[in-house]
Amino acid sequence: MAQDDNSGAELAAADSSHAAHASDASPGTALIVQDAFENPGFPAHRPRVTDENPQREKRAQRTVYTLFYLSILGSLWAVAAYMLFPMESNNPGDVRLNNLFIGLGAALALLALGIGIVHWGKSVMEDVELVDERHPIGGSPETQAAAVKVFTDSDRESGFTRRSVIRNSLIGAIVVFPLPALVLFRGLAPQDQLPVPLLSHTMWRKGTRLALDPSGAPIKASDVTIGSAFHVIPEGLNDLEHGKLDEKAKAAVLLMRLEPSELNELPERKDWSYDGIVAYSKICTHVGCPVALYEQHTHHLLCPCHQSQFDVANHCEVIFGPAKRPLPQLPIAIDDEGYLIAQSDFTEPVGPSFWERH
Amino acid sequence: MSTASPTTGTPKRSFTTSAAVYVNERTSIAGFVKELGRKAFPDHWSFLLGEVALFSFVVILISGTFLTFFFQASMAEVHYDGSYVPLKGVEMSVAMASTLDISFDIRGGLFVRQMHHWAALLFVAAIGLHMLRIYFTGAFRKPREFNWVIGFTLFILAMAEGFTGYSLPDDLLSGNGLRIIDGLVKGIPVIGTWTSFLIFGGEFPGTQIVGRLYSLHIMILPALVIAFIALHLVFVVVHKHTQYAGPGKTPQNAVGPPILPIYAAKAGGFFFIIFGVLALIAALFTINPIWNYGPYDPSPVSAGTQPDWYIGFADGALRLIPPGWEFVWLDRTWSFNILVPLIAIGIFIVLVLMYPFIEAWITGDKREHHIADRPRNAPTRTAIGAAGVTFYAGLWAAASSDILATHFWLTMEGVIHALQAVVIIGPFIAYFITKRVCIALQKKDREIVLHGYESGRIVRLPGGEYIEVHEPLDEYDRWRLVSFESYAPLMIRPNARGKITAGQKFRASLSRWFFEDRIAPVTKGELESGHGEHH
Repeated sequence: MAQDDNSGAELAAADSSHAAHASDASPGTALIVQDAFENPGFPAHRPRVTDENPQREKRAQRTVYTLFYLSILGSLWAVAAYMLFPMESNNPGDVRLNNLFIGLGAALALLALGIGIVHWGKSVMEDVELVDERHPIGGSPETQAAAVKVFTDSDRESGFTRRSVIRNSLIGAIVVFPLPALVLFRGLAPQDQLPVPLLSHTMWRKGTRLALDPSGAPIKASDVTIGSAFHVIPEGLNDLEHGKLDEKAKAAVLLMRLEPSELNELPERKDWSYDGIVAYSKICTHVGCPVALYEQHTHHLLCPCHQSQFDVANHCEVIFGPAKRPLPQLPIAIDDEGYLIAQSDFTEPVGPSFWERH
Repeated sequence: MSTASPTTGTPKRSFTTSAAVYVNERTSIAGFVKELGRKAFPDHWSFLLGEVALFSFVVILISGTFLTFFFQASMAEVHYDGSYVPLKGVEMSVAMASTLDISFDIRGGLFVRQMHHWAALLFVAAIGLHMLRIYFTGAFRKPREFNWVIGFTLFILAMAEGFTGYSLPDDLLSGNGLRIIDGLVKGIPVIGTWTSFLIFGGEFPGTQIVGRLYSLHIMILPALVIAFIALHLVFVVVHKHTQYAGPGKTPQNAVGPPILPIYAAKAGGFFFIIFGVLALIAALFTINPIWNYGPYDPSPVSAGTQPDWYIGFADGALRLIPPGWEFVWLDRTWSFNILVPLIAIGIFIVLVLMYPFIEAWITGDKREHHIADRPRNAPTRTAIGAAGVTFYAGLWAAASSDILATHFWLTMEGVIHALQAVVIIGPFIAYFITKRVCIALQKKDREIVLHGYESGRIVRLPGGEYIEVHEPLDEYDRWRLVSFESYAPLMIRPNARGKITAGQKFRASLSRWFFEDRIAPVTKGELESGHGEHH
């Protein structure tokens, strides 16, 4: 492949126009200029300072080995720092010092080593430049013919083309054999769950109290002042043994109280609020981030992930951003003790849209 | 080479020689060394970008291996009981707790973790820059088309590695990232809902996803990355490296220092420099402080959440969709607010992947190319690249639309509308400007070749007129400016049956688009006749 002993002079003399190397491959629409300039060949080699000045060469050598010694020092320092800066006192400051000094030692070790090697290569090693000849990537016509012969011979010997029934059944078997492996991956999802009903229901039930996120303390309607917003979970969520996060990912609710006069409620949802208190799903209808940012004076909710904005005064309809559907509303009421409760589950699936949703 | 070389009893062999002979007689490695050891490796700073990518990947492997000894990819719930006081007693997954332990209870753990993360960021960035270098110098042309495809696949794999790794600590930010993936997947027609259940092992977030991502992150994806890198490098050896045009350099040679020792020293040293720079960054700058975010919980989120930089373009694409792009049709939900970004990014990826083949078809050029183009000498390609970069940059900026709005006191809506314009109109503007700039630069090159460069020497002529003397270029400098090719638009010719096919017309129109504005290199004749007129 490589020919290393071509001198520059030989190649410089060679015809260098682009047309010359084009064997029989089509240049397409490239224009082959007839009186193009000729490649002037390699310019004279320019010696480096270290080639001409022995003192500078000495200095470069000194620099290189000094850097290597420095690197050793850096490595030793990193080891020492491991011991000198323990992390034993629950104090984050210790972590910072440990990180800093181990890191600085390692960085010194690596940088000095790297710069030293590169400096050696650039300033001290002989400044050799070689010229390799390139050959067509496809190889010589003989090699290509030999490769073709290998295939035709093995085709003849095996009868791959001739015995088409054997060949096609082989292809069929090879196509089909990974299928069982593919089917095994069905086990990635639980066998006993249907997604659509799961996605359509949350743990809100008639009478479930609205509770504070994350403490789980139930909320009294009288504690919800006008203009305030509460992050809400269903009471009992924290007591779940399994799937707490799964439930929370569907049941998280935002509770806000507006002046009843500012609320523009849909006629069929007149009794879903209580005295200006409304509850909406906190899970964005776009791709499911929590819509956690409430701007009190505009009554707008903002999803921090993709900037969808919902207008709480107007039943959480989308006023900007990629989401389409309003946030689902949780119908609420109060129980005998004055605690806020759900009238039912959400009346539609919460969270991001999915294919079977309608 | 496999036959043992006769080692007749020559006096005094050095230890190195003896060792080399010993190994060679058992491995036949001499042939390999002879082939590769003194290969000339063309040198240029821009060729280092791929090395940065390779070396940061090595750093990722080294630091990542260390982390696997301490990280536990389990979503079982525990109450944190480590050294970080503010989170003591907080319920979190084992994955999160073990990541906190790596950061706060294992000496040097935070250092390695940060180096791993910084190296991952650098890895993707370096691949991106490396690809831009390849693109703008035309180094993807025959015979290197496959290597472009392999390299671009590595870019995608690197992003997948990054995303899966980012999701492992199961902290609040990464959990929200997974939530977005869940929402995206659910928005895909027909298969979306079931696919989401397959990925998460049931409902989001479930208790499976971290373990599954871990398998991908430390086994499947790294194996693929290593395999593709190996293939990529084999092709670099087979093709030999491209080189920039220069005196003495021809399409039939490769000029540079030999692999042993100079190139090995430079590249080997450069590895340690990259390693060292990453160590320095990891020592000085915090990355992904999960202890500030807390464990994943579907309810809280903070303003200004950002993915790692390389996922930004996808996140931005989601943000740029105008309201209302979702319909119920045939009793099913069609989420075009999710499909359109997915399809747009998919088309973009396919176009980038196929670009070498598209350009080869348009030019019809079947020759091998080993001289890297100067970007100005391929104005249309460079302009297309600039358009692509603008498109990507617009999407990428959109991922920070809220940060842009709050930092520059703009409205959230204004930023989104401006970036929608950047993504749709911006590429056309970038294309037009870049093409004109390239052609102007080519004209400048022609002018310099024909009339020489401005010497700065002002001469007063006898008649009182002042002129600046232009010095002609020497032949070496001139060669750099004239050694390129230009392509003419394809002429439509009837085929053997005397017909002009629609395919041919399409190809001719693409070719016209590519090459109708072109500047030819100066020829000898032009220079000679140009000497007569004086400037």
